[in-house]
Amino acid sequence: MNIRLKGRWWYLAIFLVAIALPHIVTSRYVGQIIIMGYLFSIATLSLNLILGYAGQASLAHAGFFGIGAYGVGLLTKGGVSFWIALPLSASLAAAIGFLVGLPTLRTRGSYFAISTLCLGVIISIVAGNWVQLTGGYTGVVGIPTPTPIRVPWTVEIRFDSLLAQYYLVLAFLILTMFAMHRIVHSLTGLSFMAVRNNEMLAEAAGIDTFRVKLTAFVIADFFAGLAGGLYASIMGSISPSTASMELTFNWLVYLLIGGAATLGGPIIGAFVIPIIMESLQFLAQYRMLIFGVLLIVVIIYFPRGAMGAILQLGEKWRREWRKRQEEGPRVAASQRP
Amino acid sequence: MQQIFNGIMLGSTYAIVAVGLTLVFGILHIPNFAHGHLYMFGAYIAFFLMTIAGLGFWTSLLASVAVMGAVGVILERLAYRPLRERPHIDSFISAIGALMILETSVIVIWGPQGRRIPNPYPGIIEVLGVTMSYQRLIVIVAAVSMILLLNLFIKRTTLGATIEAVAQNREGAMLVGIDVNKVSAITFAISAGTAAAAACLVAPIFIISPTMGALLGMKAFVIVILGGLGSIPGAIVGGYILGLLEAMGGGYLSAAYKDVYAFGALIVILSLKPTGLFGKEVA
Repeated sequence: MNIRLKGRWWYLAIFLVAIALPHIVTSRYVGQIIIMGYLFSIATLSLNLILGYAGQASLAHAGFFGIGAYGVGLLTKGGVSFWIALPLSASLAAAIGFLVGLPTLRTRGSYFAISTLCLGVIISIVAGNWVQLTGGYTGVVGIPTPTPIRVPWTVEIRFDSLLAQYYLVLAFLILTMFAMHRIVHSLTGLSFMAVRNNEMLAEAAGIDTFRVKLTAFVIADFFAGLAGGLYASIMGSISPSTASMELTFNWLVYLLIGGAATLGGPIIGAFVIPIIMESLQFLAQYRMLIFGVLLIVVIIYFPRGAMGAILQLGEKWRREWRKRQEEGPRVAASQRP
Repeated sequence: MQQIFNGIMLGSTYAIVAVGLTLVFGILHIPNFAHGHLYMFGAYIAFFLMTIAGLGFWTSLLASVAVMGAVGVILERLAYRPLRERPHIDSFISAIGALMILETSVIVIWGPQGRRIPNPYPGIIEVLGVTMSYQRLIVIVAAVSMILLLNLFIKRTTLGATIEAVAQNREGAMLVGIDVNKVSAITFAISAGTAAAAACLVAPIFIISPTMGALLGMKAFVIVILGGLGSIPGAIVGGYILGLLEAMGGGYLSAAYKDVYAFGALIVILSLKPTGLFGKEVA
């Protein structure tokens, strides 16, 4: 495995902070916010795959999150182990994504965005009206926490404390980050970006663009379902608002402000923005107003968000640095008689 | 019969809204997803003028159309013009920003609860066993005349021809001296204005709420795509089809799922004929 060692200390530092965090922050309230931040990071990362890398605006993302959430909620309430219910529900989200992707991914640009938006609305309407299955608008309550894992001859790992749940979600976030990292740095990831940058050209270069888009969509939906399943089990209750458009829009804001098509951006967005919003409680009413303005400003002036801006600055500095280093000897040379 | 009448009434409003959207989406190629929110905002302005300022129904309607026309121009200038040369998806995201702003403004100013505009024409008549309220009849008549006027405007006036010219070939239009920016602004003003007019017409029948825009905006997109991009007749026919589909489906099948039909229809049609029912083949 070829890993660039440069800059790895940076990841390690963040990782250590994440591990130590629950011991530093003891407030239950803050802990909850951080867990939500992790869950939404997973969701935003998966949205990033389809929107940021493959360039297809899937606006049914909360719908797939909802499918995962309802899947896990209903299965674990019915007595199925969490560890079976979670992959099953995420796969269900992926399977529905596949079926929906077949017709909708034949369309391009805004058409795809609109069809997925419609799908998202359909999912939340069904969740609200299929009372026998989903409990209607009251939703599903009393979902058990994740099933304990029994490690043979030692203790069993239980997930009923906030601390254990924190590490569980962190583990899944790292898993998602790792998966995303591998995907976008693989040939598949490159073909996602080729399709995003120029679909016609990609097709001319022999890429099966439909298949590429479908792959991105299905993977993104799988991870959205995974995030949803974790959410259901940790929150303990879900309702049709778990699949609402507003949630998709929130992730969209996190993603774009954090930085689309970067791996760090979605996490920064999903973390920093809710925390800022929590600390500015008096602005709660104006929340979406601020988001709206930010969204327009960011898309016009910083299409790659905060992370993109940071990368750009870094690139600029590096170039300056290199220029200065190249100039150094030259100056010295010219001074020679 | 009652359902058909309701369907035609609903279809009339859908048709106006969809024609407004097709001007912007089909002709300027701007996926103005905030279109439904412009409609909602128009209804609220009329509500404000009628109940608080105490103006009459028609005066409020005209004032609302004027205000929304201006809002449309501002929206185009600030949220869409800077993105003209960028991929569609960027304008779409900008539109989502715009709709968040519009919806939250209404919630902040007027509150999240539904409001009711007093019905100016409360009478009803019965024809062949179908109950028709005057307001509903007015909606149909006003909608049909607006659609006709708009069609005349596009086909018979120089300004209308200019808009069509820009639609057909932006560079060509610029070459013969058409100010594309001005045309974009005018198209947006017309689009937002017609949405506001449709909203004011039906507002006395339904309750108005800040969230009604999102659903309507999506339906308008469904109609525009159903009817074929940029096709005004397509948008009109699509509007009536959707109105009837919803009224019949809601009346005979299940009212709770009435919004599902429209969106389901979209996904089905897109998979069968991606260019829409009346669509020209696009590259």
